[in-house]
Amino acid sequence: MSAVPTGATHKAPSYLADAWRIARKDLLIEFRTRSAFLAATVFAVLAVVIFRFTWDPTAIPAMDLAPGVLWVIFTFSGLLGLNRSFGLELAERAYDGLLASQLSREAIFTGKVIANLVFVMCVQALALPAVALFFDLPVGPSWWIIVGIVLLASLGLSAVGTLFAAIASNTRLAELLLPMMTLPFFVPLVIPAAQATAVVLRGQPIADGMAWLKVLLAFDLVFVSACIVVFPFTIEE
Amino acid sequence: MSSVSSAAPRPATLPEPKGFDAFLAIAIVAVIAACARALFFTPIDAMLGAAQKIFYVHVPAAIIGMYFCCGLLFISSIMYLWIKDERLDRLAESAAEVGLVFMGIVLVTGPVWARSSWGTWWVWDARITSTLFLWLLVMAYLVLRSGVESIEVRARLSAVMGTLAALLVPFIHLTVKLFRGMHPEAIVLAPAKPNLPPVMLMSFGLSMAAFLLLFVALLRLRFRWAALRDARAAMEAA
Repeated sequence: MSAVPTGATHKAPSYLADAWRIARKDLLIEFRTRSAFLAATVFAVLAVVIFRFTWDPTAIPAMDLAPGVLWVIFTFSGLLGLNRSFGLELAERAYDGLLASQLSREAIFTGKVIANLVFVMCVQALALPAVALFFDLPVGPSWWIIVGIVLLASLGLSAVGTLFAAIASNTRLAELLLPMMTLPFFVPLVIPAAQATAVVLRGQPIADGMAWLKVLLAFDLVFVSACIVVFPFTIEE
Repeated sequence: MSSVSSAAPRPATLPEPKGFDAFLAIAIVAVIAACARALFFTPIDAMLGAAQKIFYVHVPAAIIGMYFCCGLLFISSIMYLWIKDERLDRLAESAAEVGLVFMGIVLVTGPVWARSSWGTWWVWDARITSTLFLWLLVMAYLVLRSGVESIEVRARLSAVMGTLAALLVPFIHLTVKLFRGMHPEAIVLAPAKPNLPPVMLMSFGLSMAAFLLLFVALLRLRFRWAALRDARAAMEAA
């Protein structure tokens, strides 16, 4: 009996460590299978190429079209990854195991959001250069601002998208329902992001796009907190 | 086994559904009367012409569809998450469906007026775009409801969506307002005194009242229908 170290009291795992554990699990599955990532990146590059062929470069300058293309691709490739987020827990009722564990519901949600955020950012890391390449955009130091815009928009997209993926996985319609529910929520992300990107690409000072960045930031603050609060309600007690 | 379900008499029976609803009939007559007054007994606007008469339908429908119905939907969704009363869920459902009808009226009458007044059917203006997105959002809400079988799960999930939608509306409005604005500013709900001639204001007030009556009648009918459906589902499950 004395072999049990009495000093090693059970340490309550902290919230962020739990979240990271969930995120790492999801990312590891994705890293080993690469199914959703390949689907999303191939979709993104294909979409850029298709947009290129619907576009008359003599009528519309690349600068005016590129932000729209970039953010349309961003939205739809993001959706491809979100579907998977909870779909993968349905197999062999893995979700029940997750809920039965000591992790708090909020930590599970935060972990899923982190995993989706990393996923969306990775897809963007390929889509962004693809848009720049195929639309022949001037690449300069101002692209760091675009990376920042992508980060802000991805955070909002992941939070809202993860929540709706959890809701959709409980319904009969699942994948069909997700775009219908999430796209209206992406409006205050995509419009400001596209407008701010256009400001940067046109070489205007960033102050011109400040109002849009503030909308993005406010959206992130409101919806990340709101989604964490309401997520436990999507789970059967 | 089978005799248990068929032979056992149920203490609770469903009320007989009525084919005729007097309240709804009165509301419809009131709406027809208000439209008749607006069409035949109200002067034609000197500046905007006969097309201005759409205003007597468009504005009440917009106020009811967007403020009353969506407000009710949002509040009852948030309240449901809090106190978990299934009547609140039915109220949210009814408000969403009735709201869809009224916003549909707004989205149909709007372009008709815009065509004759602005010369174009559709403009990507802040108010118009917000209305369209609100309509789509309520539509998605109703599709979500149709995708869930269990009453309790349906109520919970749709209340989550209703709550988030309440947070989304200010963002959509802000975003599209920053984008651009062209819709005439609100005249009746303007902060200053409404600057409408008294005859027109009277017609407007009457059609607003008539549409409110229609709103209450439809909401009441829809709410009762939802209660009947849930009661039937509970009886079948028992």
